[in-house]
Amino acid sequence: MTAPAGSLLSAQDLRKAYGPTNALDGAHFSIHPGEVVAVMGPSGSGKSTLLHCLAGIVPPDSGVITYNGRELSAMSDGERSALRRSDFGFVFQFGQLVPELSCVENVALPLRLNGAKRKEAERTALTWMERLEVDDLAKKRPGEVSGGQGQRVAVARSLVTSPRVLFADEPTGALDSLNGERVMQLLTDAARSTNAAVVLVTHEARVAAYSDREIVVRDGKSRDMEPVL
Amino acid sequence: MSIGHTLLGLLESGPRHGYDLKRAFDEKFGHDKPLHYGQVYSTMSRLLKNGLVEVDGVEAGGGPERKRYAITEAGITDVQTWLATPEKPEPYLSSTLYTKVVLALLTGRDAGDLLDTQRAEHLRMMRMLTERKRKGDLADQLICDHALFHLEADLRWLELTAARLDKLAKAVTSA
Repeated sequence: MTAPAGSLLSAQDLRKAYGPTNALDGAHFSIHPGEVVAVMGPSGSGKSTLLHCLAGIVPPDSGVITYNGRELSAMSDGERSALRRSDFGFVFQFGQLVPELSCVENVALPLRLNGAKRKEAERTALTWMERLEVDDLAKKRPGEVSGGQGQRVAVARSLVTSPRVLFADEPTGALDSLNGERVMQLLTDAARSTNAAVVLVTHEARVAAYSDREIVVRDGKSRDMEPVL
Repeated sequence: MSIGHTLLGLLESGPRHGYDLKRAFDEKFGHDKPLHYGQVYSTMSRLLKNGLVEVDGVEAGGGPERKRYAITEAGITDVQTWLATPEKPEPYLSSTLYTKVVLALLTGRDAGDLLDTQRAEHLRMMRMLTERKRKGDLADQLICDHALFHLEADLRWLELTAARLDKLAKAVTSA
């Protein structure tokens, strides 16, 4: 089995069971640099498991995941962790910011963990906060900002290391329509400007409409939907 | 909704008289709007002319209402093409989509496939509107939002129907 030509991240025939439940039952996936792919499907269909496998957080029971020409299963745990820090970014629905740190410290955190000096890390963090229109919140703590603002801070943090793949799991799930749309617009604009690929797990069609194409996961099986022209 | 395609789909399970067709249509899809006999016979003569049905038999004493119709190979292909072609996303599609889903289940076709194809078509339209919204002014944004919310409602219906296909299959095949 080989990865589709030109794909940055791909998966073939992924299977993953939790006890008697087949979370993934032969799922396929591929994404190119700069592409935004929505992963859609009902609750419990296997969308999040697919994202966790693709990001190397959870190993599949079988199947092949290839990132940038290398199989994830051939890497050691340490190599996969390093890859997640250097090449991948993550945005989740909520609960991502460290409450004891200011917003700018939160955004700078991935750079600090990679060894950057504080001043330099915070300078880079601020430029990302400007792009996400939350630079005025730099000194505030997460508890002092709204849900929509906090999510934009989280998006800034996910992009601060200039990841090649951004994994977003229901990134607007906790937001109202207006804030959700703004987050999606800023997130996809920022990702496209850096040619990052975005794996966007969502059950909301209006969020998926920010993607270039969608795959549908149902009962652990994936279906690549080619637009009908 | 296409009455011709619906009647053709109903014929796939076996030949029927015009009266039987009307009754089956009213039971499954007519709800508060039953077909007139005139609609049935004018539709059947058009389908006959186009080679999509043929007369399978005429009962004794029969005027036109005693004809028994059978679907032809060309008719089956026509139904297949209709079911596989997504509808143009527009408001109040539900009766057409409902008819397609029920006919797919009745004729043993993959109704999930039909829903997925329709979802892709809806999302394609939503992407176009989202892109227009990104580039447009506030008036554009409001107009696009209105359309997007309607399309989203259709999509939620598609999702819910997909989740209930097993139940629906049992209900329509036992009726």
